[in-house]
Amino acid sequence: MIFSKTLLRQRSVLPGFDMAMGLTLTYLCLLVLIPLGAAFLRTTALTWPAFVAVVTSPRVVASYELTFGASLLAAIVNAVFGLLVAWVLVRYDFFGRRLVDALVDLPFALPTAVAGITLTGLYASNGWIGRYLEPLGLKVAFTPVGVFVAMTFIGLPFVVRTVQPILEDMASELEEAAATLGASRLQTFTRVILPILSPALLTGFALAFARALGEYGSIIFIAGNMPMVSEITPLLIITKLEQYDYAGATAIAVVMLVMSFVLLLAINALQAWARKRQGK
Amino acid sequence: MRWLLTSVALIFLSFFLFLPLVSVFFEAFKKGVDVYFAAITEPDAISAVKLTLVAAVIAVPLNLVFGVAAAWAIAKFDFRGKSILLTLIDLPFSVSPVIAGLIYVLVFGLQGWFGEWLSAHDLKVIFAVPGIVLATIFVTFPFVARELIPLMQAQGQEQEEAARVLGASGFQTFWKVTLPNVKWALLYGVILCNARAMGEFGAVSVVSGHIRGQTNTLPLHIEILYNEYQMAAAFAVASLLASLALVTLVLKYTVERQVQRELAQAKDAGASQ
Repeated sequence: MIFSKTLLRQRSVLPGFDMAMGLTLTYLCLLVLIPLGAAFLRTTALTWPAFVAVVTSPRVVASYELTFGASLLAAIVNAVFGLLVAWVLVRYDFFGRRLVDALVDLPFALPTAVAGITLTGLYASNGWIGRYLEPLGLKVAFTPVGVFVAMTFIGLPFVVRTVQPILEDMASELEEAAATLGASRLQTFTRVILPILSPALLTGFALAFARALGEYGSIIFIAGNMPMVSEITPLLIITKLEQYDYAGATAIAVVMLVMSFVLLLAINALQAWARKRQGK
Repeated sequence: MRWLLTSVALIFLSFFLFLPLVSVFFEAFKKGVDVYFAAITEPDAISAVKLTLVAAVIAVPLNLVFGVAAAWAIAKFDFRGKSILLTLIDLPFSVSPVIAGLIYVLVFGLQGWFGEWLSAHDLKVIFAVPGIVLATIFVTFPFVARELIPLMQAQGQEQEEAARVLGASGFQTFWKVTLPNVKWALLYGVILCNARAMGEFGAVSVVSGHIRGQTNTLPLHIEILYNEYQMAAAFAVASLLASLALVTLVLKYTVERQVQRELAQAKDAGASQ
């Protein structure tokens, strides 16, 4: 492959670049890029006004509001509690700490359908947790709150796992120095600790947010899926598909894809920033 | 302060982690061991187990080969557009699983690009096993590559170059120098890839068609049982996948340390030069 040598610069005594690169690009194109391109090309079957009409119809807009609102709220809760969990795991020693540390990754390892039926069982009105929440006037399962609970579950590891290594590297002398110089606990936290952690914290937040936006499996069981109330955008895509409305399903998918790509770029920028900060 | 923070963290984790995990197994055995074993040994459940294994057995090795090739090209060579390629490899992680299924329907479905050609040749991709395998490959695409790339980049290419200068062939260099250096990271990627492959729901659900005993994977089988209000059976099957998740966590935890050792060694070697 002469083209790869001229187009893509390479100088090395190691062999196998052409083969490895060729395999990588072929596999990537066939399985990811061409099928994704199909989604964008398919929307051209719709005229622009028709496309706009599909993606701004009231039911679709209601699903954006729910998906975005719940994802944002879940990511915020995960940022706060993820930071707390990371802090406790790094700084304190308690019985079962290593077990808890390993279990934090459970939402990555547990299939979403299992998470979905389990959370529904727990937060339903006769469930272990739901039965205590319902007398307080809080219904979780089969309401938008359920969507938020499922999104919090699946996003939980992201903030913990991005913040944890930074905290481990951060010397506690910094805080001690701040304390000796007369800073209060709150000042030490907001002026010393938080600035160091903020790139990692933001990255974790963005990752949790992005994951929640696209999540499907764990949510559909607990959401109740009522149109205009507790119906998430990925479910609407499936509903349209089941009605053989391919153009409509694809139009909504393209809107979601564009949002995910924007988020992906933001996450990449955040991670580059975090690396720069760490390198200093 | 310390006790307060620890307690708040543990209470939060109880609601979102510990209780769900315990309740899967509790609900699974609620109606007794007989119901449990009946649920996981009925023919539909067995065929779901088989299909889940088939999908993983095809998807994981393919993504493994791809991951190694991509890491070799990216970590050992310099070329323009490397960061774009890295972003593209990560792309499947930021695509909703539902959309991952949809794009294959658009390509291979009856209304899709190859739909007519496929049906004329009596081939079925969507609502059949090939579609399930494709969707599984897509959602697990980056796992191996993204574990290998940072490690191999940190290791640099000095060792491989030395092997080449000493007369090793390209294949020998890869097999005897590169592979032993990254074996734990490779295993780590495979563990994560496999867990996702066996547990994927959204993407597979779109392309499966939910034909009992034929195109149902374990997660889809759980959904069917659940929607039929067979709660004990649904949780029994779910407990199989939850056990798999626990095994994954144990393996992950063990292998993670070895990966960190590999990475630390690579960084030390880099620093001493």
